[in-house]
Amino acid sequence: MNRYPLWTYVVIACALVLGLTYTLPNFYGEAPAVQVSSIKATVKVDDALLARVEAALKAANIVPQGTFLDPNSVKVRLADTDTQLKAKDVLNQSLNTDRDNPSYIVALNLLSSSPNWLTAIHALPMYLGLDLRGGVHFMLQVDMKAALTKRLENLTGDIRTELRDKNLRHSGISREGSSILIKFRDADTRAKARKVIEDNQPDLSFSEQDLGSDDFRLAATIKPEAIKRTQESALKQNITTLQNRINELGVSEPIIQQQGADRVIVQLPGVQDTAKAKEILGRTATLEIRMVDEDNSNPTALLAAQQGQVPFGDELYTERGGVPLLVKKQVVLTGDRLTDAQPGFDGQTHEPAVNVTLDGPGARIFKDVTRENVGKRMAILLIEKGKGEVITAPVIRTEIGGGRVQISGRMSTTEATDTALLLRAGSLAAPMEIIEERTVGPSLGADNIRKGFHSTLWGFTAIAVFMSMYYVVFGLISVAALSSNLLLLVAILSLLQATLTLPGIAAIALTLGMAIDANVLINERIREELRNGASPQAAIHAGYERAFGTILDSNVTTLIAGLALLVFGSGPIRGFAVVHCLGILTSIFSSVVISRAVVNLSYGSRRRLEKLAIGNTSWK
Amino acid sequence: MEFFKIRKDIPFMRHALVFNVISLITFLLAVFFLATRGLHYSIEFTGGTVIELAYDHSAETEKVRTALEKAGYADTSVQNFGSSRDVLIRMPLKAGQSSADLSKKVMDTLSAEDKGVQLRRVEFVGPQVGRELAENGAMALVVVCLGIMAYLALRFEWRFAVAAIVANLHDVIIILGCFALFQWEFSLPVLAAVLAVLGYSVNESVVIADRVRENFRKMRKASVTQIIDNAITSTISRTIITHGCTQAMVLSMLLFGGAALHYFALALTIGILFGIYSSVLVMAPIVKWLGVSREQFIRPPKKEKQEAVV
Repeated sequence: MNRYPLWTYVVIACALVLGLTYTLPNFYGEAPAVQVSSIKATVKVDDALLARVEAALKAANIVPQGTFLDPNSVKVRLADTDTQLKAKDVLNQSLNTDRDNPSYIVALNLLSSSPNWLTAIHALPMYLGLDLRGGVHFMLQVDMKAALTKRLENLTGDIRTELRDKNLRHSGISREGSSILIKFRDADTRAKARKVIEDNQPDLSFSEQDLGSDDFRLAATIKPEAIKRTQESALKQNITTLQNRINELGVSEPIIQQQGADRVIVQLPGVQDTAKAKEILGRTATLEIRMVDEDNSNPTALLAAQQGQVPFGDELYTERGGVPLLVKKQVVLTGDRLTDAQPGFDGQTHEPAVNVTLDGPGARIFKDVTRENVGKRMAILLIEKGKGEVITAPVIRTEIGGGRVQISGRMSTTEATDTALLLRAGSLAAPMEIIEERTVGPSLGADNIRKGFHSTLWGFTAIAVFMSMYYVVFGLISVAALSSNLLLLVAILSLLQATLTLPGIAAIALTLGMAIDANVLINERIREELRNGASPQAAIHAGYERAFGTILDSNVTTLIAGLALLVFGSGPIRGFAVVHCLGILTSIFSSVVISRAVVNLSYGSRRRLEKLAIGNTSWK
Repeated sequence: MEFFKIRKDIPFMRHALVFNVISLITFLLAVFFLATRGLHYSIEFTGGTVIELAYDHSAETEKVRTALEKAGYADTSVQNFGSSRDVLIRMPLKAGQSSADLSKKVMDTLSAEDKGVQLRRVEFVGPQVGRELAENGAMALVVVCLGIMAYLALRFEWRFAVAAIVANLHDVIIILGCFALFQWEFSLPVLAAVLAVLGYSVNESVVIADRVRENFRKMRKASVTQIIDNAITSTISRTIITHGCTQAMVLSMLLFGGAALHYFALALTIGILFGIYSSVLVMAPIVKWLGVSREQFIRPPKKEKQEAVV
């Protein structure tokens, strides 16, 4: 009656072994490590970098405890914090040969010191939230209205150019709220203009208005799907920009992710200097187009400039490849005039190229400048942290109108892609505002871990002592079930790499406190059956069978509450809800299946069972 | 060991009216305090900035406040937090002030006065986030109630669903009433605790409802009152032991969890204590008054099936 088939035991054993394996990494603690990742989109992290890192460490007589290559970084595990600092300096010197223009971020980090075979099967310690390890959390809101306004401004400029190109006379183009209003003197021109704009601007939808004999209006609005696309790309661009900027901070594991339609979450573990983090997140335009000083482009002037004699009104920059260049200080265009940059190919030479789109005013300026400077060179600079790099300095061959600029020459396909990314990433597509901030000092984080751990430990101990006194052997079995619940819960949290926060630890404690309910229900039921005169085996059987329905019902109601918290909760609540829901699932398994298995193993095979050690049941 | 040697059913239902009057009074008191004093919402809901500082000696909150006032921060609340060395500064939202400058300026001001100060935590919440959190919290409460009611109605009977929700919402109001009365801070973790306790307390009602259903099938001759009394009596030991165990865990959080978990654990404590009372002594009488009867559980076609099994 109280026997499980063999496969049930096998399943339980497998679950426990897996649980133990995935819980193990949490016991090993963390070792100091140095993490090397690329700061530039053009610099890749690959085996070559790993070899360089290893060689540099070897040259400095540092013996790493292990080196690891993952898609974004090379990590080196080290014996102690002294070696860690030394290794950081060594790597910084050998990898970033140019101090002013580093290619790699070398950051201090912590790596799990669990054995490599555990890491190989993705058994990692639980992922700690910022409130447990310290760091900064920001939630930024993207101003989508501004993104749309910018798009409308660009479209207004485009339409103006198109109508002029086709010689269609209008009596005014203006942006009115969320639409573009174009006035015409006669209906015929309007019809022609509409045809032209429709052909060139598939994102617009039109409506016509007749206000008198010489006032024919055409109102253009952006189609809903195009609005959505604009907003999505604005958000994506902002995220890319943030990513590039955060790279400069040298944070080991930054998290930048989209939340909802218009929000971005940035988490920087370990960063304490919020003011600097915020300054970097909020920085504006970084792309500049300037003219090359042709009068001073001869070798003598350049040599003099390199020795410190820069001509008045000029600045010295180095082009990619190390060629020095004197560029005028006067800025022709800045990055806020850029609306898009995509990699592509030159139509005639089939060389890789970057296609840049400028907004209306930008296009007009660019057209004028290129018309007046045919045959001269123009420099495209990326300004970061106050210092610039010339991405390219092409010769202007012809006047460029329409706001579409092609940058080509001496570029590989990868370089074109990366340059396009850099250009896009240089500026924010729409302004952002910090709407939530949380900073947690590292000492507070450690405190929180300690407090959460102690709460769980002492609560668990109290329950264990009481249960084993009150229900004797069955109490011990319940405690074993509760321990396996904890084990499985920690294993699942480690396996899923769900973020563990202080409310999450509280949820672990609370879930354990609630999970014991199932075992109390079962034990009470068995006692009751025994009191009513059932034989021990029948009492165990009836106890488990009858209690199961109740356990299921009560766990479902708790789960409903947990799921609602998960769906509607945010921040600290979500951390609580995830653990709570997982805990309910593991508790059903452990308190019903595992405890029954233990009971079956110890009592199921005994033919003549006179008495159960479940406490006093003889009082009736 | 055995704490509950109860040989006869305790006549809970005889005193049902008394219990219901008691609940009604506590409920009305809770509503009264909620209406007059209101909840002391944390900045997560209201928006604003909280800065937690640690001094290397006991800190004088008065000094910190005057230092901040001199620097032009008028509406700040400064209080000790956890220990005499930890200080919590609360600042309301101000238009046109970014949180970046705020925490930095406050730190500059205070470390000029006293070198031994260390920044522990900064939390800034903008106004739009706060409103959203409040809305989501209310939504979660509604969804939990509807979900639980639907499940209980499906598994048992609508009378149980209504009674369980009334009983447990009464718990929620009482927890909130306590928070209003003592002006304890109502934060997101407290909201999570309230909802968790709601799900947990319903367990109680489920256990009793389960027993009532079972008794209707077993005790053919007993009256409804006897059946409910028996159901409560036979589950009372489980109720108290389970709640005792959960409370032990929560008590441990209250003692060792520090300031961060204090109100969370407090909300759970009130919820667990009132949960016993309400699900036993509020839910059962309501079920009876809603007119629960044997026929609702043993319908003719099911009856045959049941007998065939037995």
